[in-house]
Amino acid sequence: MVKSTSKDAQDLFRSLHSAYSATPTNLKIIDLYVVFAVFTALIQVAYMALVGSFPFNSFLSGVLSCVGTAVLAVCLRIQVNKENKEFKHKTVVTNLRGIVAMFVIAV
Amino acid sequence: MAAVESLPPGTPSAMRNAFGTVLSALILVLIGVLAFSIRLFSVIKYESVIHEFDPYFNYRVTQFLSKNGIYEFWNWFDDRTWYPLGRVIGGTVYPGLTLTAGTIWWVLNSINIPLSVETVCVFTAPVFSAFASWATYLLTKEVKGSGAGLAAAALLAMVPSYISRSVAGSYDNEAVAIFALIFTFYLYIKTLNTGSLFYATLNAIAYFYMVCSWGGYTFIINLIPMHVLLCIVTGRYSPRLYIAYAPLVVLGTLLAALVPVVGFNAVLTSEHFASFLVFIIIHVVALVYYIKGILTPKMFKVAVTLVVSIGLVVCLIVVAVLVALVASSPTGGWSGRSLSLLDPTYASKYIPIIASVSEHQPPTWPSYFMDINVLAFLVPAGIIACFSPLSDASSFVVLYIVMSVYFSGVMVRLMLVLAPAACIMSGIALSQAFDVFTGSIKYQLSSKSKDNAEDNTSTKNAPKDDASSGKTDKGEEVSKERSSKKGKKKEREPAEKLSVKSKIVKKKALVLPLEASIVALLLLIMLGAFYVIHCVWAAAEAYSAPSIVLTSQSHDGLHVFDDFRESYAWLSHNTDVDDKVASWWDYGYQTTAMANRTVIVDNNTWNNTHIATVGTAMSSPEKAAWEIFNSLDVKYVLVVFGGVIGYPSDDINKFLWMVRIGGGEFPHIKEADYLRDGQYRIDSEATPTMLNCLMYKLCYYRFVETDGKGYDRVRRTEIGKKYFKLTHFEEVFTSHHWMVRIYKLKPQKNRIRGRVKKLKQKTSSGVSSKSVKKNPWM
Repeated sequence: MVKSTSKDAQDLFRSLHSAYSATPTNLKIIDLYVVFAVFTALIQVAYMALVGSFPFNSFLSGVLSCVGTAVLAVCLRIQVNKENKEFKHKTVVTNLRGIVAMFVIAV
Repeated sequence: MAAVESLPPGTPSAMRNAFGTVLSALILVLIGVLAFSIRLFSVIKYESVIHEFDPYFNYRVTQFLSKNGIYEFWNWFDDRTWYPLGRVIGGTVYPGLTLTAGTIWWVLNSINIPLSVETVCVFTAPVFSAFASWATYLLTKEVKGSGAGLAAAALLAMVPSYISRSVAGSYDNEAVAIFALIFTFYLYIKTLNTGSLFYATLNAIAYFYMVCSWGGYTFIINLIPMHVLLCIVTGRYSPRLYIAYAPLVVLGTLLAALVPVVGFNAVLTSEHFASFLVFIIIHVVALVYYIKGILTPKMFKVAVTLVVSIGLVVCLIVVAVLVALVASSPTGGWSGRSLSLLDPTYASKYIPIIASVSEHQPPTWPSYFMDINVLAFLVPAGIIACFSPLSDASSFVVLYIVMSVYFSGVMVRLMLVLAPAACIMSGIALSQAFDVFTGSIKYQLSSKSKDNAEDNTSTKNAPKDDASSGKTDKGEEVSKERSSKKGKKKEREPAEKLSVKSKIVKKKALVLPLEASIVALLLLIMLGAFYVIHCVWAAAEAYSAPSIVLTSQSHDGLHVFDDFRESYAWLSHNTDVDDKVASWWDYGYQTTAMANRTVIVDNNTWNNTHIATVGTAMSSPEKAAWEIFNSLDVKYVLVVFGGVIGYPSDDINKFLWMVRIGGGEFPHIKEADYLRDGQYRIDSEATPTMLNCLMYKLCYYRFVETDGKGYDRVRRTEIGKKYFKLTHFEEVFTSHHWMVRIYKLKPQKNRIRGRVKKLKQKTSSGVSSKSVKKNPWM
């Protein structure tokens, strides 16, 4: 039972890996950025757990802005993805303008 | 809009589109004017004055803002209320309304239109109600189309529930907050429909404006997650949902934490937990869909089993931590007001102050009909219309109306949140009904005219067949078509006939007989007329009273009771600037705004113990009350008394609340002491505690001089203790109709004579304030 599940798990990871490497490069860049943003947020949480939460404002703003850019990047990815049937008419330019505007506000 | 661009400009449908756009723009302008003007009754009947209690505080804050600028306002510590505690205005007020009005005033003044701050404050609400009806048009257009939008906007412009909180002069948070609410919902639906990040940004900004304006923003931040959850559960997840929701949560929380009133509550209180929970859920769902998209089905099953087994363990840990966190706070992390919404009996058990506000009581059935009138039975029709077809947007408005109906049943004040939902639903229902009826009429008339023109075309056969079979026999056109059916020729093009037939069959199913449609249209128009009449009546008679000025019609004309302003003016002219005035908390805002004196407690009611102190003082005998007031540096005591003219909201009627609130903090005040056999009375059957308490004495001092018998018009009896003197207070002012009475604390005597001498002499003060002595009036 365990062996079959571990074999299944390996199969799963391999198929995930192969499917993922098929995605276009620009989407992968966006994914990398999302991972980076989430990683930064996690570092901030770990720092807060170690050193204490004063001042809470800076912790809050730091974590939320990291999560914010991650979310916005995911939205960008959704809209730019050519396989996504709903967004055929959107161009990259429109979205970048939206993202830049939101970055300014999120800060 | 794409249809318009692709057609050459001269074609009839393009012309019709253009004409339709111009017509709807014109209608919208008219709706805005209507919304503005229906709220002007109080200005016409009384004067351009600020109403009620809370608006006076907002007005005072706006005055401060306009005089001192925004930096001072943000850091303002107000030491003229809640003496000796003071109040941090910058951190405890929702700044949206005052900033909006301040900005409008500043803009107008900088282009040399010299409107005073008061004028801007009085007319802010009607202007924003016009904006709110336009926002309703936009929101309903996203759900069902512009016809429904126009109907909903027209309904919202007039709905009495919204008028009641936004007449000219009612300068309160809801005036701008309802506009912000509808606008935020519109942007959310627009983002959901288009999936554009631009609208998502605007949505977050509008949500920020809502957070600035009103504490009711928690309704938005709980309703939208609920809708997202509903969409996920009913299988309507789509990337647009993610784009609509996720940026809103993150940016919205960040922006909400910027507002000082909310601050860290944006992430720490239970009111916001729902949004974070659904945030996590939507990420999980998005991930699942993504993986499902890139994996084969077999692999996906494996992934599911793996994730479920690991994920369950992680989930349990997280849930345990959360539960521990939440349970550690006594209310489970909810604030008192929110908890009283979820559990309506909570406030009456634990927080009498929240329970005592009349706006927080559950509404009665008649108040539903008074406030939303005809909409009450158009709403179910609208809900049904939303289900055919069900889209994301229409599921949202259905959820909105269900939630708002529940909350409006808990608190009368929240009928205001129900009003836009009811208008949207009714607008949808009306527009659908009109569509069906006018479509039927158009079809009937066109088929009647075509009938006379061409008798033999194939397209006529199909409708004739169905017409004779499907319709009930009413009206001449049925018999006409039957007779002409007999004379028709055989079809020449079966294919064309079939396709046309299927289209016309579908349309046929919705067609009603001509007379029925016309009669129904007339009835709907009459319904609208009744609604309009009711709204105008409600605006003019019921909701326009400024409550700072009272009027009454009698046989010798109109009487105006301007006692409140008279007494505040007396206070501001005849007392020192630093004198402290004590009254019940209702009048605090008005006293600071109009009389410009420091008060002890005001309508903000943030400190229950302070209010209980004042309540205890009002319920105690004279000497004890004097001690309490003296410890608070009070110089003047103000009471409101309606017994001479029959004004029912005076302090004697509110007195039991003072006892309850005081008794909640100071156990020696017991409510039962003031009731005779469970009944609250002030006549000769009243308890001695009641007849000796400060409130009774201050209200009824010298009352017997008005008519010789001491007949209280509100309580409809003669009072119990008629002749008495005050030992520790002296009367300094009574207004024209005895509505407001102001007393000054007598300074302490320099020396206290010996007990023996005092007993022997029986000084001119008459009734001794020592409770040891037997009360000679019993």
